[in-house]
Amino acid sequence: MKQYLLSIYQPDGPPPPAPFLDQVMRDVTAVIEDMKTSGAWVFNGGLHPPGTATVVRFRDGDVLTTDGPFAEGKEFLGGFCIVQAPDLDGALEWGRRLTRASTLPIEVRPFQRNGTR
Amino acid sequence: MSTPTTGPSAPEIERIFREEYGRAVAVLVGSFRDIDLAEEAVQDAFTTALQRWPAAGLPPSPAGWIITTARNRAIDRLRREASRDDRHAAAAEMIHARDEPVEEAAVRDDRLRLMFTCCHPALAQGAQVALTLRLLGGLTTAEIARAFLVPEPTMAQRLVRAKGKIRDAHIPYRVPDATELPPRLGAVLSVVYLIFNEGYAASAGDRLLRPELCAEAIRLGRLIADLMPGEPEALGLLALMLLIDSRRAARTTTEGSLVLLADQDRSLWDRRTIAEGQAIVRECLRRNQPGPYQIQAAISAVHSDARNASSTDWRQILQLYDQLLTISPTPVVALHRAVALAEVEGPHPALTVVDQLDLRSYYLFHAVRADLLRRLGRNAEAAVAYDEALARTANGAERELMERRRREITGA
Repeated sequence: MKQYLLSIYQPDGPPPPAPFLDQVMRDVTAVIEDMKTSGAWVFNGGLHPPGTATVVRFRDGDVLTTDGPFAEGKEFLGGFCIVQAPDLDGALEWGRRLTRASTLPIEVRPFQRNGTR
Repeated sequence: MSTPTTGPSAPEIERIFREEYGRAVAVLVGSFRDIDLAEEAVQDAFTTALQRWPAAGLPPSPAGWIITTARNRAIDRLRREASRDDRHAAAAEMIHARDEPVEEAAVRDDRLRLMFTCCHPALAQGAQVALTLRLLGGLTTAEIARAFLVPEPTMAQRLVRAKGKIRDAHIPYRVPDATELPPRLGAVLSVVYLIFNEGYAASAGDRLLRPELCAEAIRLGRLIADLMPGEPEALGLLALMLLIDSRRAARTTTEGSLVLLADQDRSLWDRRTIAEGQAIVRECLRRNQPGPYQIQAAISAVHSDARNASSTDWRQILQLYDQLLTISPTPVVALHRAVALAEVEGPHPALTVVDQLDLRSYYLFHAVRADLLRRLGRNAEAAVAYDEALARTANGAERELMERRRREITGA
């Protein structure tokens, strides 16, 4: 089994109306539940908006702390899942289900090595 | 009767390896799941063959020799690396015994699997094309770079990146299951057709290699049709490529200018290739599971039937385009259909159809419009349309043809 990061990209701007968002949350939760029952699920989580982010960076021997996300963009990382699958096709299938449920684009990326506790 | 005492020459060995490259790499990828290792091992076998074959003569089965030798070399490489890498050590233990014979049925499956790996949708189409030509066609990186008019380091990088993604993301090495097969086979077929079209476009660049691209695409097309006999679209694509390729000699003048279908010397058409293509089209008709490639092949077959341009059965071609438009309702298909419509109902209804198409950035749209306007005697408008078309193609042969047409109506 190989592990993949499924990143959920969200457009910047005001959130969609509540009924729409509720449906999305229900659909995404259903996909996550299926990941868990099938044994593919490793980890998942939604993130607070990029305004809550802080960047620390090492420069000239000092660590600099700055408010805000690392890169400002039209899209930002809204949440992610880590799944394990036999190959990319397996991971892409979860990606397809997640993009349908969330209505958002999903980036599927392999881990160099599977994570360990 | 004398028996040959000397073996094959280096160029002969090179030709044999090129022909067998795809089979050998596919089998080795099947055994070791490592494309780089497979390629290096086949290269090692090639070096060994260059040393041995000229004196020892051709082995009874060169294909089997290449695979066995390459597999042994791959095992040697893995053993050398085994001390460094446990994963490789484990793999080396699992490998079949040395000199194990090669099963033909397994080779077929391996090539098909490799084709689906090369044309996986997670790879950009440019990378799919390059990988297919490299791994299944056995073309060198330099040859692929020349064929696509990109610098060799760029092509090398594209191949390295694609192979890296196959390895790191675990792009599978298998034939997709029934639910996924139609779109995945579609991707494979479009890569082959793209290779063919790249070879067929009489544009600038390396003229010598381009007919080779057509030949390579037809070879791949034959392979897929042979490996997937239940897929009529694979047959359709093969027939389409054969029928187009049969007209190659008539398509350009000795000076290299483009000759349109209507003006071609049909005695230059390759009758044997036409017969093969038409037989496949008939087979497709019998199966009655039409698809875009099969219909385009059927259209091409109608042209091949006509002794001269004026005896072309345009009504049948128009019917086939109607059918094609139902399956793939794209503006480009509608444009080609309009050309047939002009032959059946005249340029005026055809122009009405063309003017409704949203294809203004496409040179062929303006070229077709220009031709229809010219036939309607609207020369001033036709001249403008030729200019619009000229502004949208860099293809030398196409430009030359349209400039000639423009001169004929403006007298300038």
